[in-house]
Amino acid sequence: MKVAAPRQATNGHARRRGRVSVPTITLAHGGGGKAMRDLIDDVFVSVFDNPALAPLDDQARFALSDLTAMGDRLAFTTDSYVVDPLFFPGGDIGKLAVNGTVNDLAVGGARPLYLSCGAIIEEGLSVETLRTIARSMAEAAAACGVAIVTGDTKVVPRGACDRLFINTSGIGVIRKGIQLSADSARPGDVVLVNGVLGDHGAAILNARGDMALSSPVESDCAALHGLIDDVLAAAPSLRFIRDATRGGLATVLNEIALAAGVGIEIQETRTPIREEVKGFCEILGLDPLYLANEGKMVCVAPEEQARAALDAMRANGLGREAAIIGRVTEQRPGRVVMQTAFGGRRIVDMLVGEQLPRIC
Amino acid sequence: MKYVDEFRDPDMARSLLREIERLVAKIDVCRHRPLALMEVCGGHTHAIFKFGIETMLPDAIELVHGPGCPVCVLPMGRVDDCIALAETPGVIFTTFGDAMRVPGSKKSLMQAKAEGADVRMVYSPLDALALARQNPEKEIVFFGLGFETTMPSTALTILQAEREAIGNFSLFCNHITIIPTIKAILDSPEMQLDGFLGPGHVSMVIGTRPYRFICEHYRRPMAIAGFEPLDVLQSVWMVLKQIAEGRCEIENQYNRVVPEGGNRAALSAVARVFELREFFEWRGLGSIDHSGVRARAAYARYDAERKFSVPAVRIADPKSCQCGEVLKGVIKPWECKVFGSACTPEKPLGALMVSSEGACAAYYQFGDIDKVHERTDAA
Repeated sequence: MKVAAPRQATNGHARRRGRVSVPTITLAHGGGGKAMRDLIDDVFVSVFDNPALAPLDDQARFALSDLTAMGDRLAFTTDSYVVDPLFFPGGDIGKLAVNGTVNDLAVGGARPLYLSCGAIIEEGLSVETLRTIARSMAEAAAACGVAIVTGDTKVVPRGACDRLFINTSGIGVIRKGIQLSADSARPGDVVLVNGVLGDHGAAILNARGDMALSSPVESDCAALHGLIDDVLAAAPSLRFIRDATRGGLATVLNEIALAAGVGIEIQETRTPIREEVKGFCEILGLDPLYLANEGKMVCVAPEEQARAALDAMRANGLGREAAIIGRVTEQRPGRVVMQTAFGGRRIVDMLVGEQLPRIC
Repeated sequence: MKYVDEFRDPDMARSLLREIERLVAKIDVCRHRPLALMEVCGGHTHAIFKFGIETMLPDAIELVHGPGCPVCVLPMGRVDDCIALAETPGVIFTTFGDAMRVPGSKKSLMQAKAEGADVRMVYSPLDALALARQNPEKEIVFFGLGFETTMPSTALTILQAEREAIGNFSLFCNHITIIPTIKAILDSPEMQLDGFLGPGHVSMVIGTRPYRFICEHYRRPMAIAGFEPLDVLQSVWMVLKQIAEGRCEIENQYNRVVPEGGNRAALSAVARVFELREFFEWRGLGSIDHSGVRARAAYARYDAERKFSVPAVRIADPKSCQCGEVLKGVIKPWECKVFGSACTPEKPLGALMVSSEGACAAYYQFGDIDKVHERTDAA
């Protein structure tokens, strides 16, 4: 998918790009002077390269006519990324910051178009690390067909943040006729997921290394807008989609149950979770239903379109292990119940407190 | 998962349940009132809810969730002592993660940490000892918590500290013992229990012999149980079989882990380092004689209560809280006046709402409060 290039605001004559010559970020790089200019030019602008960003105005500008041609509503979202560690199997904070915000737009049925990038950097971070992360953001953005059109950089003293925090906001356009909302779930509807759950949470926890467990699990970090396009084309009356990030599947299901005033019943045997992740949770006393995902979504579909939605997911690379995991019910409104593989039933409640901090 | 799924086989569960139904039909008392079996250990409570075991059992069996969650039974005054220690300048306070949220009279360790106290989560007391080695200028206090299960690792850590002559490590000891507590429950006039599922992990350390008084003196049967769902079902079946046959014994379902004589090395480390306290205060149950331990005088320099001054103020349980009655099986969690209203997992008033091993929190989060209603649905 290609995005129309935003209109250029200035007459745009070429400006010589600055370069960073030191190996480490210092407070000078946040001072507003030449060092900051060089850092932004060298690390960010050079890789995010697009006409809206190049003039380095205080804002990116878009023609309304381009946007209205694509749909009838704007979607606008923001998310901050503080994941620890910055690099983990299957991704890094940069890829996460792009895909996460793209997903927040896409699950509303929006076509993601433009992102911002705000970086809060702790002094002492290596320029090379920042460069790698910026490149990763650029690659992820290119893969999604979105442009990073505006940004901001701050450098804070050691201890005021942990290495690097990134905020991305995103704008997308929602096509006419698409109406997704949690409160539209009805008894009899079917609940689907696009694949195995809990990989991101397990990968991050494992990457921190304090468990000394060796596991090949990688984060599932991925942009879901293409998959969502396919599912919406196959099942246009889909009620609701949400990416199951922090708090995992359990949290999303509870949100749906509360918003729509319905019950939800899922089957443990049908809920896809990798054996490794199950084992990991078993050892650490975690519940995989609450583990974070970064490339998994929960869909509620009317029964007559559930099969079509499932087939569309499975035909897409990001939904090969998609599954129907349960149903919306009239019983016990606001509650999520799981039929356990062992043969019993239990309530799947909202998470209390936090299972793991700084997961995304 | 290999070596796990074998203990979670639904077909095996169904045949065990059929056997359980058959035994229940034979036991006379079941016709007048449900049989009350107590699982002593919080690990069992957790497994029972996680796998939905209670919803599978016949109505004639009632599981009573016992006092075996050490986080839950910790009195508020002890939490306040933890916080006072954590807020002492120069101290790094180390704790298992599940104690972080336990409310003291003013705040929890998590709040103290947010306000600037150096509180760190560890997975083992040896992690705390490693911190002591790395930070010789700091005082490392380890929050020792738990029954006989965790006592040996704390004892061995103190012995290790002694061997290495590490002077900046100490223990805030809240270790408790299970036997006096079971005895206190059995002595309670309101007690209505017909049998016990014995704690598997504690028994791995202490063995099966210390429970004999339960069958000899109080005439109640017990099966020491493992933590997988089939372990729990089989243990229920074993206790019922004893009742049906008029026997009263301490049986060992968890014999793949629990030896009759316990773990001798663990017991000798515990005996070397710890001595019984005269009494120890339990949340929900009050003071129980000889139910807690502390470091012997020879190890006083590793005892945080002797090394630092702690407030040691006794704080009464809230009046509206009925944890004690729930623990003894007199009422069910949801029959408590404040369950789910004034007392929730986010704002626990009573001990049993604190940790996911506490009976009330387990009911609140996992449980079928409308169990009967649900059975009607299924039918």
